[in-house]
Amino acid sequence: MTKYLMAAATAALMLGAASASASADALKACWVYVGPIGDFGWSYQHHQGLEAVKKEFGDKVETAYAENVTEADSEKTFERFAREGCKIIYGTSFGFMEPMLKVAKKFPDVKFEHATGYKTADNLGTYNAKFHEGRYVIGQIAAKMSKTGTAGYIVSFPIPEVVAGINAFMLGAQSVNPDFKVKIVWANTWFDPAKEADAAKVLLSQGADILVQHTDSTAPLQVAQEQGKFGFGQASDQIKFAPKAQLTAIVDNWAPHYVRSVQAVLDGSWKPAQVWDGMAEGTVSMAPFTNLPDDVVKMAAETSDAIKTGKLNPFKGPVTKQDGTVVDAVDDGMILGMNWYVKGVDDKLPQ
Amino acid sequence: MNRLGVLIMRLEKRPERSAAMALASPFMALAMTVVTAAAIFALRGNNPFIALYVYFVEPLTALWSVEQLLVKASPLILIGAGLAVAYRANIWNIGAEGQLTAGAILAGAVPVFFTQWQSPLTLAVMIVLGIVGGMLWAAIPALLRNRFNANEILTSLMLVYVVQLMLDYLVRGPWRDPQGFNFPKSVTFADWQLLPYLTPGIHAGVLVSILLALLLGFMVSRTIKGFEITVSGLSPRAARFAGFSEKRTVLFCMMLSGGLAGLAGAFEISSVVGQLQPQISPGYGFAAIIVAFLGRLNPVGVIFAGLLLALSYIGGEAVQTALQIPDKITRVIQGILLFYILACDTLINYRVVFAAPVGGRT
Repeated sequence: MTKYLMAAATAALMLGAASASASADALKACWVYVGPIGDFGWSYQHHQGLEAVKKEFGDKVETAYAENVTEADSEKTFERFAREGCKIIYGTSFGFMEPMLKVAKKFPDVKFEHATGYKTADNLGTYNAKFHEGRYVIGQIAAKMSKTGTAGYIVSFPIPEVVAGINAFMLGAQSVNPDFKVKIVWANTWFDPAKEADAAKVLLSQGADILVQHTDSTAPLQVAQEQGKFGFGQASDQIKFAPKAQLTAIVDNWAPHYVRSVQAVLDGSWKPAQVWDGMAEGTVSMAPFTNLPDDVVKMAAETSDAIKTGKLNPFKGPVTKQDGTVVDAVDDGMILGMNWYVKGVDDKLPQ
Repeated sequence: MNRLGVLIMRLEKRPERSAAMALASPFMALAMTVVTAAAIFALRGNNPFIALYVYFVEPLTALWSVEQLLVKASPLILIGAGLAVAYRANIWNIGAEGQLTAGAILAGAVPVFFTQWQSPLTLAVMIVLGIVGGMLWAAIPALLRNRFNANEILTSLMLVYVVQLMLDYLVRGPWRDPQGFNFPKSVTFADWQLLPYLTPGIHAGVLVSILLALLLGFMVSRTIKGFEITVSGLSPRAARFAGFSEKRTVLFCMMLSGGLAGLAGAFEISSVVGQLQPQISPGYGFAAIIVAFLGRLNPVGVIFAGLLLALSYIGGEAVQTALQIPDKITRVIQGILLFYILACDTLINYRVVFAAPVGGRT
């Protein structure tokens, strides 16, 4: 028994020594994920960003992460990372906003970046992506590929990012087929494969023949594959899960942002910013166009290039709202706070 | 051995129940849990000594993690103590998670509707409403049992989902923060709607939880009410002869445990969470069931059991961040712990006999 105790004590000492030496020269960067890194969607893509940071900086940076962190209980996770010597902490869910604000106030020397939030502090910045740029492209593809002229759209919560996504999709679709229709189901979840699959089945049975999703699992695509219909991957390239159904996917590529941000901390030039990158910066990109005829691939590639180079802005006015009023120019602020539909969306926005 | 060459295992009631073993059972269960955890870590390729140290010891070596531990233990102790009393009387309230949510909804109504009402009374009203919310929600299964003989295990459990959906509806709809960009959250509470802090990391609710558990311990062991509850559980027939009303005991135990769960809900939203949102508890109401059993259905024992279970959460996060062991390890260890406790308790009352089945047929 004494022998084991000694072994345990030695192990503990070694562990202490190991963590001390690691934190002495390496910068520690830490991630807090709301979902499992194996979701092959949102959290998975952020974790790919962590991997990219590891690859880019090698020994100069030490990384750590916590997955499946409950929003209600996340404050203690952020505090743990701040206490464990993390110099920059990334929180990747909107619900982490208040806990991050609290912990950032408590640890002024630690830097924080919050994905998709809107509150900032001296040591707390935000970062987000212009997902709607990709949605314009898939809108055009959907309008070309749909035989019934109707898409089924599975959405999570009526927050601006999601509403702007629906609008960009519709504007893209209408640029091809002005009479294009979209049916919407609110799943009220970011990740619930069973619920998302049910929503997908309902939409297909109501006459939609192409599925769009703003939820994170691969379930809707798999339903599309089973029924011989089409869909689009969400957050990451999900072609492995539906090789016959995925037309393309809007890929969130957080790696460039994380690499830039960690570099800035290393240089001492990090400042709290409100980063909002899109296709031009590589944060949003399209997965390879598959299961499509050549002319549609050509159109989608041209649209992507036009958005990337700034020649095309999906929200370039005038935009007609659902209630018939016309907005001449939609600026960034309006997109970030979007709470209205464009004309042609067959749904009432939950208020 | 029977004809098939199979050894038949049978449980046989022991003539006497060892009091010493009954006390030792939680410690034996804990020891076996630690050994099993070491085996799991080793199978994953982690050094089991380092992993066990990070899980069970390291959280106790720094002040901040001890503070986190106490804050995490507070709702577990509060709910577990109430459940322990109810379970003593054979009243199986499984719905503490829902009663916690009901308490949080009523308590949270104050900051949502009276945003500007700033008075020393604000917090007191929130806390009282929290208790009332939990009691009312627990009274439903009590009345259903007393009136219709409905099984409270089922009704209390199902009511969890009902009230969670009510909260979900409220924060997505009418109680949503008008300035919150449609996100499903209420307004964030102001300073005077939050619990005072005893140290930078420990809110006043922690102290109240421990005091209330001690008070319940006194009630169970030293008062007539406690005697009535214990007798009702051990022998309902004897309780009837003594003139104790079963219906009154059901109502009392459900409302006591529900009220404490509601109080835990009020404490959570006015400290750790600081607003209403779709999910306000990571399952405290269910984890507290383990706490009640681990604490030998004794409110004072529940204090230690609550601390231990809180350690399982904090340690689970520690091994995740330090050794990248998946977060599911917390649930695994809690499940193993409950399994061993139930096994130990069974084997204290029964012994295993290996024999051919009576009659020689299988």
